[in-house]
Parts: sequence; structure tokens; C-alpha cells
Amino acid sequence: MKVKVIVTPKETVLDPQGAAVRDAMHHLGLTGARDVRIGRYLEIELEGDVAGQEPKLRELCRDLLSNPVIEDYRLEMPNDAK
Amino acid sequence: MKFAVIQFPGSNCDQDCLAALRGIDGIETDYVWHKETSLDGWDAIVLPGGFSYGDYLRCGAIARFSPIMRAVIDDARAGKLVIGICNGFQILCEAGLLPGALVRNRSLHFVCDMVTTRVEVAETPFTRGMPVGTLLQLPVAHGEGCYYADEATLRDLNERQQVLLKYCDASGRVTPEANPNGSVENIAGICNRERNVFGLMPHPDRACEERLGSSDGVRIFESMLRTLAGDRAAA
Repeated sequence: MKVKVIVTPKETVLDPQGAAVRDAMHHLGLTGARDVRIGRYLEIELEGDVAGQEPKLRELCRDLLSNPVIEDYRLEMPNDAK
Repeated sequence: MKFAVIQFPGSNCDQDCLAALRGIDGIETDYVWHKETSLDGWDAIVLPGGFSYGDYLRCGAIARFSPIMRAVIDDARAGKLVIGICNGFQILCEAGLLPGALVRNRSLHFVCDMVTTRVEVAETPFTRGMPVGTLLQLPVAHGEGCYYADEATLRDLNERQQVLLKYCDASGRVTPEANPNGSVENIAGICNRERNVFGLMPHPDRACEERLGSSDGVRIFESMLRTLAGDRAAA
């Protein structure tokens, strides 16, 4: 079972990478690109009791996969795991 | 006094730290591998610079879960002196021993340079003998050294005088031009509330001999030594 974790920089944290990419997009003609935020995307292949592992997974999203000081995360569980 | 230099996979300033500390009279230094689980017997702990775990995920994010970190956290909470340099600073923030975080340099460039830093708080265990305004020449070498903390944390840091070092120009002025990485308020180093845990991006370990361009780094380690000697005398 594949679960997905999307980590993004918090709004208040400057994202110079995103700004550089936004500028490149402007140069390449996408003038409407107002803001770009670059985060991290993880695919995790989980075996066994997926729903039962969700609490641990959430804990690790907070403690390992993201840093709550600077990042938010979103955990996407497949529907049939719930 | 015995200092422990923790070696994580990917640490690369462990030897700089060992060489710097062994050059100071009164300090004995050992390496401690990150798989160890106790730091009993050492008076101070050094988390060196480098790229622990290849900087994967975030700088310091995986190292903070190394077995030795349990001992580092327990000993830090018990009052032992801990200094984290560069990647060591990142690990201390990830571990929650210091507030805030270190993010990508605002310029996106890796900076490798000699910088001037200004002592902001005197008579901490790390700044003994250095009045406020003392300038220290120290090298930096990092890609993720931009210190970030939210407004509330920043206010707290300032109110409690936990900002120990700021980037400044040659005459001691804290200016945007003197900021090598975009750190908020030019912050180069902070300590915890209890003042026994210090993290900084510049490398005192690489500034311990005049022939390296500066020996100002010695003053930080000597300050730690004097603090430990004072504690022992008082005990």
C-alpha cells in the first residue's frame, strides 16, 4: 500500500529556491507564476496493517519527515486503508 | 577537563575539533562514535561540523536520532556543556535542544569565507573574558546556515539574552551586508535558556592558530574550560 507525504515550507519561511524557480519561469514566459514553493514528496510503500500504523506514521511525519519549526506536512493515505 | 567529539557518519570537522582542542592546555579530547549510548566521564560535548547522513532529508534530521543523542540530550538537560558547530548546530536545533532552525542560505550559494562576529552577551560559559562587542574572526562554510525562528521565539531569544554571536562588519556594525547567509537579525550563534548549550554556524575549530588566519576560536573553547574549572573548584 502506497502512502504519500507532502512536506512544504511554512508560509512565514523564506523559500529562496522557490523564488529562483519562479524567476526562471518568468524568464521562460510564464509571467503569471506569482509564487513557487518547493517542498519534498515522499512515497512510502507500507505493508501489513496500514491503518494500524497510521499513528506511528503521523508521529514520524512530525518528528522525522518534517521539521514543524519550518515546514508543514500532509499525509495522504489510500482510501481503502481507512 | 575531558571533551568528547561526537562522530556521526558524514562528520568531517571531527578532526579539526580534536586538533583544535588538543592544542589547548588543560583539555583532553576523545572521539565518541555516534552508536555509543553514554557520555559519562566527559565534562563537555562537541558536535562537529560536516554532513551527517549526507544532509539527507534536512541537515541534522537523521543524526538527531543517533543512539548517542539520547545521552547528549540527557546530559544537556542535566547541565553539561554542549557546543554544536555548523552541522552540530543544525543537529542541536533538530533535536530541540536549541530553538529555531537552519535553512538554505538566502543567496542559495554555499558560503566559504572568513567572517567577523560580535559577542552579544558576556560571561556566558562560552563568552567568558569577552566583553559585549568583542569581535571574533571565524570562518564559515555552509549551504544551510540561514537561522530562522518565528517572531515569538525571536522575541524570547532576545529577552533572555540567548543570542551570543552576530555577524558584523570589520568595525563591529551589524549590517545586512555583513550577513553571509540571510540569518534573521544576523544571528550567528545562540544558546539555550540555561546557557549550557551553544550552537553556532562559524567554525571556532578552524580558527585556533594564527597561521590559519585567526586564533579567535580558542577563546570560545578556553571559556568553556574556565567555566568547567570554576564549577569544579566550587564543587
